[in-house]
Amino acid sequence: MQEESLWYIFINASLVNNFVLAYFLGICPFLGVSGKMDTASKMGAAVTFVMLISSMCAYGIHAFLVAINAPFLQLISFIVVIASTVQLVEMFIKKMSPTLFRALGIFLPLITTNCAILGLALFQTSKGYGFVESVVYALGAGAGFTLALVLIAGLREQLDFAEVPDVVKGTALTLLIAGILSLSFMGFAGLGS
Amino acid sequence: MADNNKRNAGFLGSIATAPSTDEFIKGLWRDNPVFVQVLGMCPVLAVSNTAENALAMGLATTFVLLMSNILVSSLRNFIPKQVRIASYILIIATFVTIIDYVIQAISIELHKSLGAFISLIVVNCLILSRAEAFASKNTIGKSILDALGMGVGFTFALFCLGAVRELLGNGSLFDYSLFPANFQNWIVMILPAGGFFTLAIWLLLFNSMKKKE
Repeated sequence: MQEESLWYIFINASLVNNFVLAYFLGICPFLGVSGKMDTASKMGAAVTFVMLISSMCAYGIHAFLVAINAPFLQLISFIVVIASTVQLVEMFIKKMSPTLFRALGIFLPLITTNCAILGLALFQTSKGYGFVESVVYALGAGAGFTLALVLIAGLREQLDFAEVPDVVKGTALTLLIAGILSLSFMGFAGLGS
Repeated sequence: MADNNKRNAGFLGSIATAPSTDEFIKGLWRDNPVFVQVLGMCPVLAVSNTAENALAMGLATTFVLLMSNILVSSLRNFIPKQVRIASYILIIATFVTIIDYVIQAISIELHKSLGAFISLIVVNCLILSRAEAFASKNTIGKSILDALGMGVGFTFALFCLGAVRELLGNGSLFDYSLFPANFQNWIVMILPAGGFFTLAIWLLLFNSMKKKE
């Protein structure tokens, strides 16, 4: 029973209620770094990692804030934790792979303002998930984010060779594709329950 | 319109050190945060399913933008450069917490339908980008004008989306039924996919208008 519900949390976060295509969280990097397959998948990995860490921290913080009865500090402490995690990841990537660091560019520090991560922390507290459930939820959300990013990057790589009218080029076209992707993701409704 | 502009310049110009309505006007049209800069997309798509939600979200964002711009601009000589982003985020988070409790006090219903997206104003790229790109370099008066212009432009864009989506998806505007009873609602417009489509079409319109100019 326990395993089943964890599986459900994962499927729900990654496919049924995909963070990008159903909740509109993390649209900025979704539109910004989805031009190339390679960058997109690495961005997805970075975001998943930050999600995992901040989800664990958010669980601890929430428990602490409930204990000292100060729920109004929730938002501020979440964002501080996320910002420091991002800083950590940034230093790590800069050291390990300067090429990737340049490819991600401004979007790396902007992970801090990626709604998907703060959204994850807020959703898991409002749903009252325990520690294990939170971790699974973070993994699912990260997987869903990466999937959406990679899918759209693949489509956009192909579209570079297609002939489209000038006005449609750029963001408008990406949004149209995202709309169609979102429609197709609705087909997952009811899965895993 | 020209007359109106002049009056604005007289009134608001007295606040700003350098009288200029440009800071205000640019956010409305030329640098519209949503249609031109494509910033702050998450709330734009997520809460624009009805005109009422869209308007409430726009006003809340404008409030946070205004307050954070004022504070960032008045503290711009005291905040060390290395920790500026962190300090901006803290300032923004404080005001978002305030508006979160204010909305809860005014209308529980509205608070429920906006859900986590009120808290998510913190990570609206628009607010941080105005703090970093404008308020940290300009006087308080100019920053106020900038915040008001961007805020109104953002609210306008949100309303454009929300109105279209509610009208087509629900056949109503602000809960008033506008179409005859036999109108078939376009359910897809209320769903997430509709948000993407509507925004794409507004962007197309803006692009083609710009081309003509």
